[in-house]
Amino acid sequence: MQLYLPIAEISVNVFLILGLGGLVGVLSGMFGVGGGFLITPLLFFVGIPPAVAVATSTNQIVASSFSALLAHLKRKTVDLRMGSVLLAGGLVGSSIGLVIFNYLRALGQVDLLVSLFYVVFLGIIGGLMLVESVNAILKSRRPGAKRTRKHHYWVHNLPLKVKFRGSGLYISVIPPLLVGMLVGILSAIMGVGGGFIMVPAMIYLLGMPTKVVIGTSLFQIIFVTAYTTMLHATTNYTVDIVLALLLIVGGVIGAQIGTRIGLKLRAESLRIMLALLVLLVCLKLGLDLVLQPSELYVIQATAP
Amino acid sequence: MMRLIVLLLLTLAGPLRGESIVLGLSQDSVSITATFEGSDILIFGAVSRDAPAPQDTGKLGVIVAVAGPDQPLSVFRKDRQLGIWVNADQVDVRRAPSFYAVATSGPLDEVLTQTEDLRNAITIPRTIRADGATVENSAAYTEALIRIRTKQALYQVQEGGVDLEEDTLFRTAFRLPANLLEGDYLARIYLTRDGRVIDEHSTVIPVEKVGIERWLYNLAHVQPILYGLLSLVIAVAAGWAASAGATLLRR
Repeated sequence: MQLYLPIAEISVNVFLILGLGGLVGVLSGMFGVGGGFLITPLLFFVGIPPAVAVATSTNQIVASSFSALLAHLKRKTVDLRMGSVLLAGGLVGSSIGLVIFNYLRALGQVDLLVSLFYVVFLGIIGGLMLVESVNAILKSRRPGAKRTRKHHYWVHNLPLKVKFRGSGLYISVIPPLLVGMLVGILSAIMGVGGGFIMVPAMIYLLGMPTKVVIGTSLFQIIFVTAYTTMLHATTNYTVDIVLALLLIVGGVIGAQIGTRIGLKLRAESLRIMLALLVLLVCLKLGLDLVLQPSELYVIQATAP
Repeated sequence: MMRLIVLLLLTLAGPLRGESIVLGLSQDSVSITATFEGSDILIFGAVSRDAPAPQDTGKLGVIVAVAGPDQPLSVFRKDRQLGIWVNADQVDVRRAPSFYAVATSGPLDEVLTQTEDLRNAITIPRTIRADGATVENSAAYTEALIRIRTKQALYQVQEGGVDLEEDTLFRTAFRLPANLLEGDYLARIYLTRDGRVIDEHSTVIPVEKVGIERWLYNLAHVQPILYGLLSLVIAVAAGWAASAGATLLRR
């Protein structure tokens, strides 16, 4: 069944888009990630214009993060104060990101920018995750090895120290502000929530306890992606509500299936699978940049 | 069929000079609905004469061209820089039709002379206006534009796509693809003798989004804040419904 998307102005197969949403939903249920980093490139592959893909997937992330946040709020695993600081940084970052995005869009380089960001960040995150989970498996086979954790980094001793009760931290607000800002920039440019970069940063850089990390990052992600959606909707008119709805419906169903699959698998092997998946998407996008394209010319409509 | 007969009657009744075109369309407008999958449009008509067809003035030809709204656009050529393929050189095209289909009753060089093509801008390359003085070999960019759009069925050339019967009745069909831009589509019909245009006729086929497509598109452009909020409300509601549904399932 074909459906004409009012904003993307192309006709798509409903089941294809539902399937994409479902697939990403399964993955996000299994691995506990938002899946924005998969949805945006997948939308490119099926022919959605990049600007629409980026703007619409931020809207989809609001939906998937909201249902996950509700669960975390119930379990009280959200550090609202830390979340607010990250959010403040995120809003600034998102505004900066959109300015960069629109500037490069005018230059005709936005596809390159988005692809490069994906290749670099997916490559780094996927590589780190793979190394880390392989190490974890090796360590668990060697009994007696103990995980050491450093508690204070120099970044924590910057001025403007604040007590974060939910995380049990007394650190400067500057590092969380910067982390939030970086994630905001990524959100605007890549159409992602940014959990895949914020979660490691919260654990390894800010030293937050693992149990509040996911909930707190979701809190930040919802507001930043909602803000980004509004920015894209009001400056570029590129949010396709019909496309978003299809992705959301597919994603909701997929997430339920994914959660069930995830419960049956070991955490370490899940992480390795996620790492490989991230690297695979990175590789595909990287090859597209490096290999000679079959069509050397690209048409781009200029805004009238 | 009824319309054809009416047309023919009109043809016979009207007091006309020389040879001219009488035209009909299978539909007066195209509506883009939510389930729009493209549309076929049939253009037919007749050549009306006030005297018997001249025998010695060369071959009769019919050319039908349908053009979508013009767009300004840029064509980029990718080049390898620092190992990756980036959009390097660029040619700005002041205007190019978003859709263009041309059908003829015979081989193009027989039904249309170069001069007439230039004057009336009938074939695809003649409809594209590029300002490419800044880049070397800017013709390659226009060629690429035509090649890419032809692949997407946005540009079509059907030589011999017009059926011309007994030098009087003609008909042709076009396929409008699903990724159609809104706007007024101009259908032009040329009657030629020996490649020279002896009559032309044009009509407008409006292509419009209708119903919910129209409403959403307008909302997004006229009230973007409201539209953005609406999409957020839908997202939050869906997220909430999902979590409520999950709780229900677990019970």
